[in-house]
Amino acid sequence: MRKLLDHHVALLLGLVVIGSVIFNVWSPWQFTEIASNWKFIDFTVMVTWWICGVAFVILGLFMAWAIWRYKYHESGESHYEPEHPVLESWLTIITAIGVVIMLAPGLIVWDDYIQVPSDAMEIEVLGEQWTWKFRFPGEDGILGTTAVKKNVVRGLEETTYEANMTSLNPFGMRDDDPYGEDDILVASNILHVPLGRNIKMVLRSKDVLHDFWVPEIRAKMDMVPGMITYFWFRPTRTGEFEILCAELCGRGHHIMRGTMYIDTQEDFEAWLDTQVTWAEMKAGQKPESPIVAKGRQIADQNGCFACHSLDGTEVVGPTWQGLWNREITLSDGSVVVADEAYIIESIVDPAVKLVEGYGSVMTPYSFTDDEMAALLSFLQEATNAP
Amino acid sequence: MATAEIPYQETMPLHHPKTWIGKYVFSQDHKVIAVQYGITAIAVGLVALVLSDLMRIQIAWPGEMAWFVEDFYYQSITMHGMIMVIYLLTAFLLGAFGNFTVPLMCGARDMVFPFVNMLSYWVYLISVIILLLGYIPGLGGPTGAGWTLYPPQTITEGTPGADWGITTMLASLAVFIVAFTMGGLNYITTILQARTRGMSLMRMPLTVWGIFVATFLGLLAFPALFVSAVMMILDLKIGTSFFMPAIVSLGETLAYDGGQPLLFQHLFWFFGHPEVYIVALPAFGVVSDLISVHARKNIFGYRLMVWALVFIGILSFIVWAHHMFVAGMHPYFGFFFATTTLIIAVPTAIKVYNWILTLWKANIKLTVPMLYALSFVLTFIMGGITGLFLGNVIIDIPLSDTYFVVAHFHMVMGVSPILAIFGGIYHWYPKLTGRMLNDTVGKWHFWITFLGTYIIYFPMHYLGFIGVPRRYYENFDSSFYPQSAQDLNELISVTALFVGAAQLLYIGNLIWSYFYGKPAGDNPWGANSLEWCTPDTPPSHGNWGDKLPTVHRWAYDYSVPGAERDFIPQNVPQEQTA
Repeated sequence: MRKLLDHHVALLLGLVVIGSVIFNVWSPWQFTEIASNWKFIDFTVMVTWWICGVAFVILGLFMAWAIWRYKYHESGESHYEPEHPVLESWLTIITAIGVVIMLAPGLIVWDDYIQVPSDAMEIEVLGEQWTWKFRFPGEDGILGTTAVKKNVVRGLEETTYEANMTSLNPFGMRDDDPYGEDDILVASNILHVPLGRNIKMVLRSKDVLHDFWVPEIRAKMDMVPGMITYFWFRPTRTGEFEILCAELCGRGHHIMRGTMYIDTQEDFEAWLDTQVTWAEMKAGQKPESPIVAKGRQIADQNGCFACHSLDGTEVVGPTWQGLWNREITLSDGSVVVADEAYIIESIVDPAVKLVEGYGSVMTPYSFTDDEMAALLSFLQEATNAP
Repeated sequence: MATAEIPYQETMPLHHPKTWIGKYVFSQDHKVIAVQYGITAIAVGLVALVLSDLMRIQIAWPGEMAWFVEDFYYQSITMHGMIMVIYLLTAFLLGAFGNFTVPLMCGARDMVFPFVNMLSYWVYLISVIILLLGYIPGLGGPTGAGWTLYPPQTITEGTPGADWGITTMLASLAVFIVAFTMGGLNYITTILQARTRGMSLMRMPLTVWGIFVATFLGLLAFPALFVSAVMMILDLKIGTSFFMPAIVSLGETLAYDGGQPLLFQHLFWFFGHPEVYIVALPAFGVVSDLISVHARKNIFGYRLMVWALVFIGILSFIVWAHHMFVAGMHPYFGFFFATTTLIIAVPTAIKVYNWILTLWKANIKLTVPMLYALSFVLTFIMGGITGLFLGNVIIDIPLSDTYFVVAHFHMVMGVSPILAIFGGIYHWYPKLTGRMLNDTVGKWHFWITFLGTYIIYFPMHYLGFIGVPRRYYENFDSSFYPQSAQDLNELISVTALFVGAAQLLYIGNLIWSYFYGKPAGDNPWGANSLEWCTPDTPPSHGNWGDKLPTVHRWAYDYSVPGAERDFIPQNVPQEQTA
């Protein structure tokens, strides 16, 4: 016992090493069951895991043993040997071999990862604070081009432009690109993909960095505004999977979630048929009176649609679908009617009457009387739409 | 380089302070400046420690602190990271250890530019104050963009502190870099020009080598951060578009156009990766010396240790984009940066082998500084091998932006250098104050900190494997977030709070021992390097009395066969030992 206490440092360091191994074996927390073709990523992880794990155990236990064996004695003396070139060379060579064994498969898989198969279907992911949208290329197989601004006039003194990404054109489709007409637009954070097809995810962001990530797929890539990025994968089992944003994107980063369903080909096609094309979306938009159009413009410019949808989609705040004169349950349990007075109060002082289930995240907005009137006209028109 | 016949500082006039303020406040003595750096760094580090505890409470018990809303959380991760990396670790390892050890270990009277050295500290203090100005109420608080400050989100409305907060952050960084440059030029010039007779470069203790290489890295890397801070300020304040493409921020189409967010990431990591080694290399040096002194054995493979430091320093400039494997840069970069990153593992592994081989056939004294040094090695091995996962580009794909990354960098550049700092303070405190720290308190603090941080960060890797993303204010119910992960997070948080509170033991020890510690004598550890050979303890202004010491040997003559004692200080001539 006395001896064990004398050597408690060596023992505890050794226990840390052995405890780590035991934790690793017993841990219920391992990679999720894979749902894509990237099992070679998991293989590369395992190769690294074993090499590093063995190195850790050997080094850690050797250290613990040395501390036990060579503990200080008054009469003891260290071995004086400043260098040992042979030993040092061997250790360098062995380490280099280990590094090559880990790196080589990694680079081979990386080569696969960045070479998209030519038969891959394209799906575009559009990230915005703090939700996802998706776009399919439609019958022509080509995604139409997009733009953030239109009618840009660059001058020495001033550059003028108009917004192209608005609530009427949430994907920023370009008017002058015919390839975009048949693009299928999915303005919700629910995506369906077909089993067994190679899929190229084309990634785009309208505001800040995001990162489209489904842990079971393994693949991820940042979405960078001003650029198109990509990755590819092939789904290997059906199911429902959670989409996460993996790149910090502001105060709502953690709520930027979505759902990806891997379907059979038939189920996928049935779902895709229910989605609208850009041409259909434009055709379904009613012409608006000037005051309503102005109200929509105000809502666009102030970013209302970042948090409130018009079609019932759950974003950050409550949807505006069917809002006007609807009965609403508040966070204190009381029920109010969303009349003009309530809506104005919710705009200028949003923290007072919170809708049940939503946090107090909206900042107060103030508008001139004209602007407020236009906004209310728009809200009345748009939110009563069936 | 040949050693000068008459060292520059032999004849250098010293301006001895005449007033109390000149001696303790606006002091030009490197030892006082070291203490000033150290105290400021520890103070601001405690702020960052409290922030991390708040975050851990939120992660384990979401919503229990109603006032700790999303903005506070994201502001806390940002300030915690930036303070720990820049204002604590960099400032402490170079500002405090660099100032204290470089002149003493080289046998110099002081830094070669004492006035600039003094300015360096005061400018650093200003940068800390500017940083904390971010917390002035009513202005939106500090930035919540994450310590990497990636645009566009850094300066857009969806991020907390997108105006005042980011302005103070960028201004503070710019000022810090000024302070670092003044200090850094001093360390390099002193090491190159003011070494005493006989102190050739290959006789310098590894602490000095670590600080020397790290300072070079800092002087070359910090300018990249400086320009990116200036460019971002311009984007924010006068509407340039260096980093800003055309975007629609929260529904509003902004005037920016044509900028490139990845440009910032390249600049940031061109600084940010060497920064990892700016922190690691001095820690390597300190630990090498601690292990050798307390194991009573020469450091194994000294020359290889020096060349490994230099080689790591050079390589650290061509690995930066391994932080950007999922950033969307050209995919071919992945091949290059994965290869360079794994190559750097070789010299790093050599350092680990040599530390461990120093223990082999040694005569190990398990003093408290030795405990910290040994725990550094084990923690660093763990943090280093997980780096081999993340550096291998394809493995980085599933693991990046998860808790695996959080666990990795906390192990390798959070806990490891902090353990080296604790060990270094413990080792040099007797020389600095003339008194020993209390061993009982030191051992309690050591075991709580070492085992505690291991319990915090080791299991965290496994949260990364199941896919828990980092920087999430709340995880909610999720397929990737089982109840068991929440239980694990509660364990981690309880441990973190305990370890956080235990740091008071160390601070208490520093204060108590200053007044009541056992008198230390000149050389309590039986160490060889020059700082233990000063005529006074604590060393007086000018360090060496009338005459600079002369060096006759390297710093690692421990247990030399046939020698009288188990150590031979560097200033003992060869003929006196045979």
